Amino acid sequence: MQISGAQMVIEALIAEGVETVFGYPGGAIMNVYDEIYKQDKFHHILTRHEQAAVHAAEGYSKASGKVGVAMITSGPGFTNAVTGLADAYMDSIPLVVISGQVPMSLIGTDAFQEIDAVGISRSCTKHNYLVTDAKDLPRILKEAFYIASSGRPGPVHVDIPKDVTAQIEEFNYDIELELETYKPTTKGNPRQIKKAMEAIAAAKRPLFYLGGGIINSNAAYDVRDLIHKTQIPAVETFMARGTLSHDDKYLIGMLGMHGSYASNMAMSETDLVIALGARFDDRVTGKLSEFAKNAAIIHVDIDPASISKLVNADYPIVGDVKSVVNEMLTLADCVDGSRYESWRETIENFDALHPLTFHEDSERIKPQWVVKRVGELLGDDANISTDVGQHQMWAAQFYPFTRPRQFVSSGGLGTMGFGFPAAMGVKAAAPEKVSINFTGDGSILMNVQELMTAVEKKLPVINIILNNNFLGMVRQWQTLFYDKRHSETDLSMQPDFVKLAEAFGGIGYRVSTKEDFDAALKDAVEKNVVAFIDVVVERFENVLPMVPAGGSLFNMMLLEKKEDK
Amino acid sequence: MTTDNARRVISVIVVNEASVLSRITDLFSGRGYNITSLTVAPIPDTKYSRLTIATLGSVKVMEQITKQLHKLIPVLRVYEHEDMVEKEMALVKFDITENLSDINTICEAYNGKIVNAGESSVIVMVADEPKRIDNFLNSMKRYNPKEIVRSGAVALER
Repeated sequence: MQISGAQMVIEALIAEGVETVFGYPGGAIMNVYDEIYKQDKFHHILTRHEQAAVHAAEGYSKASGKVGVAMITSGPGFTNAVTGLADAYMDSIPLVVISGQVPMSLIGTDAFQEIDAVGISRSCTKHNYLVTDAKDLPRILKEAFYIASSGRPGPVHVDIPKDVTAQIEEFNYDIELELETYKPTTKGNPRQIKKAMEAIAAAKRPLFYLGGGIINSNAAYDVRDLIHKTQIPAVETFMARGTLSHDDKYLIGMLGMHGSYASNMAMSETDLVIALGARFDDRVTGKLSEFAKNAAIIHVDIDPASISKLVNADYPIVGDVKSVVNEMLTLADCVDGSRYESWRETIENFDALHPLTFHEDSERIKPQWVVKRVGELLGDDANISTDVGQHQMWAAQFYPFTRPRQFVSSGGLGTMGFGFPAAMGVKAAAPEKVSINFTGDGSILMNVQELMTAVEKKLPVINIILNNNFLGMVRQWQTLFYDKRHSETDLSMQPDFVKLAEAFGGIGYRVSTKEDFDAALKDAVEKNVVAFIDVVVERFENVLPMVPAGGSLFNMMLLEKKEDK
Repeated sequence: MTTDNARRVISVIVVNEASVLSRITDLFSGRGYNITSLTVAPIPDTKYSRLTIATLGSVKVMEQITKQLHKLIPVLRVYEHEDMVEKEMALVKFDITENLSDINTICEAYNGKIVNAGESSVIVMVADEPKRIDNFLNSMKRYNPKEIVRSGAVALER
């Protein structure tokens, strides 16, 4: 059929099964928005900022496992979206971001709202396209969805000049992709897998190191099977939270800069690391030369460039985690799990020595208490998003996650302002679950305008502001490493968050007692509304344990024991 | 092969498409890798181009460069050359009053000759291994070259 480039975009989205698009219109993308107006096959959510549109698409993708889609205009519309693209790139989130561009005849003339969008997005996308002819649109859009969701997932950016969206051409989406230069390896080498299983069977203190790639490849339940079958303890990265349920007896906890003592010590004492979809991030490894010093490394990753990038892999396996883990499962009989009993006991002793906890305070609410309390009250019924800062680490440490895709946060880029729009995307993807966003008094203001989107589109996100009147994480580093010089981190001057929520049509609560917190959360959940719960928490609480940047994992700053205080 | 920072030459075969060169060079600059020289031209009768990149790095850095290049969607193949024939071209302009017979004799030793003679200047061309091009240019200093242009290396595995 002969249709316009703009109609092609709509037809392609429908063919890809897209149900929700997040976006913000503008001059260069108007032809496409005109077609959005005319269709009823997918839902468009108008955010109030392009950055939020991309974060919402990320949240949607993370919660659903589908490709997230965002649509924006040229120039400032695109530049606003760059942070979202970079965030998705760092966390390997499959997105297709479509931007309008000035007409072909104006490209390169410094036209109104012109920017070299593909030039800018090149370094923060898996791939990008400038479409110069509508004839190419079906192929490019099909490639975009395929590239975004295959191999190591990531964002793909498609920039379409306005005249291309107006161009009438034949549309046929039933095309075979011919990407001869792009063929990700999904199946691991069987010989390497066999060797890895033999190494596991021979190890004395093996340890699973679970990364976000497990969530991306929908391998969490296969990984659970492998761990239960081999009875080998496991640590999770921040990005892998929810791979194992919080009450799984083989889960030690989160490792890394704010990981638990037991997790970091287990990593330091293990003789065989079984890394699945993890990339040895500096926030995880601490000082590289001291990381798992006496261990051999099995590294399973779909991205060959991640293997032996930072830590040399003795058993490199390039492949999709799900596929490789299933191969490993077929060979798992060679592993006698009872051999690791004393190793598990050693880890239990680590945990008993310095359990992950905090000191309750009878007067002021501790932020960790809030996270734990939400876990007690909502548990599996909630999906958890976070912004970036102390609250993010407390959420990762203390929330009782039960399943993959329950936790959505900005890991690699650490984007303040991510949480609220992402939580809207999560709610759009999983309306049956309560969508909670743990945020800080710094982070929430970075995309606060999304209150309007959430209210208008009935995306009842409950934002729990752990309000310490500080840019808390920076303040913590200033306290510990800059002799308490709290340079520009004091946020004593604040808006009235209750009135702010109300101004947009949501509900605000300001609470400073545990009873009031319970009542506010209960009320917000029951009313099913967009809410701010502004919780006055202890100002100077630190996230502990902590491995100072560049330090060794086994040299943690620990919570002082009560009797030591 | 040593693990220290050494000069290395790689060939990258890419699909001929808009901005493919930027993708390659952005990867080098964005990840802090070094490009000593870069040549690029289409491979005849195909839809591909071949880039020859001379770079400096350890074995580990080279492994990352190779893997990261492979990740780019339009990249078909990356070769790190170990046993190769490598050539580079240089054009040098001299004043017509210089000792042209000497210059021509030296050029011949470097697979070159005078390729253009004008009213006031001559241009010579040489094509040889990059190290020998360095030597040639050094030996040409005494003839007061007016302009020098080097092409960057091209390489083929033996």
